[in-house]
Amino acid sequence: MRRGPRFLFRGLDLALEPGQVMQLTGPNGSGKSTLLRLLAGFTPPDAGSVDIEGAGEAAAGSLLHYFGHREGLRPALTARENLAFMAGLLGGDESRIPEALSRLGVSRLFDLPVRVLSEGQRRRVALARLLVVDRPVWLLDEPLASLDVEAIGIVSGLVAAHAQAGGMAIVATHQPLAATNVTLDLAGRREIAA
Amino acid sequence: MSAFSAVLKRDLRLARRAGAGASLGLMFFLVLIAIVPFAIGADQRLISRLAPALLWIAALLATLLGLDRLFQSDEEDGALDQFLLSGASLTLLVLAKALAHWLVTGLPLSLAAPVLGLMLAIEPQAMLPLALSLLVGTPALTLIGLVGAALTVSLNRGGLLLSLLVVPTAIPTLIFGVAVAKAAAEGRDFAMPLTVLCGTTLFALAISPIAAALALRQARG
Repeated sequence: MRRGPRFLFRGLDLALEPGQVMQLTGPNGSGKSTLLRLLAGFTPPDAGSVDIEGAGEAAAGSLLHYFGHREGLRPALTARENLAFMAGLLGGDESRIPEALSRLGVSRLFDLPVRVLSEGQRRRVALARLLVVDRPVWLLDEPLASLDVEAIGIVSGLVAAHAQAGGMAIVATHQPLAATNVTLDLAGRREIAA
Repeated sequence: MSAFSAVLKRDLRLARRAGAGASLGLMFFLVLIAIVPFAIGADQRLISRLAPALLWIAALLATLLGLDRLFQSDEEDGALDQFLLSGASLTLLVLAKALAHWLVTGLPLSLAAPVLGLMLAIEPQAMLPLALSLLVGTPALTLIGLVGAALTVSLNRGGLLLSLLVVPTAIPTLIFGVAVAKAAAEGRDFAMPLTVLCGTTLFALAISPIAAALALRQARG
């Protein structure tokens, strides 16, 4: 993958098994977000390909969650309306919204417009999407940003539970993540098995 | 199909929630028509003759209003990323957004046009054909605008560029829309311009969502 004349990364080869969690690390600007967007299929790679084994006819996009810096929440809508929209769009189950919000510790914010929420609360609401819509592959870009200690614990737990249930996750974060099996450091681009 | 209705429902809800979002285009339409007699003067016959053209121009401008935000807000908050992950075709979702936009701008405009036509002393027999021409023609304006909105999605102040892109392409719609109302006002048969107007709308319906989806994908590449 290139940015201008400079290679961001090349010859990158990674594979993930069900139940594995990969942590992406690397200094700012090393291409973590770019790699995740590439894996999500938003930007085509200069060379090479991304495959999901067993995807069959289904579009790769419909098998994965992408959670980035921009959470996709509308300030004018309430937490529930935002999640109901995501459930409808991504093919999830609307009835799971209350439970998802309470697991993230924001059930009290159910009917508040997202506009009045704090940054951390907003991210918690957005993360509830991962529970409302079942997708085997999670691509999380800095999911722990602006979260408090409690929420970081919750999210780590979610990722671990997802892996335990046979899901996969690639998480770009600078903080240690308990559930990590594999670390990919984009700075040295060494793959370190844990 | 559930993704389609999810997008439609959300956009309609947003339009309602965003404080008179729906009526904003209508108010703009009203104000524009209301100032016309002041600008042209009290020559009722002249105003009456210009009425169909004025109403159509006002409809075009009212449709452009806010069109630049149509995809920009989705792009900014990351919702567009989720559109791409929905498994539904982007063309379909883009069409849902167009439908929502038309329901809150084009449709109320068309319904209000006969009433506003009164203020312009429009010929009574032209009122319903005028509303009909707007009803059939405003979807084309929204659909053409859709492509412009998709092309300017990554531009911060894309509004002006959007108008430059959209207005020239909307000319055929404008010509035949006005022709319907004019023919009706003069008591002539307006089936021919109305058919052509339907044609432009169907043409836009076939091409625009695909073009807009393509432009959106390009903008993210």
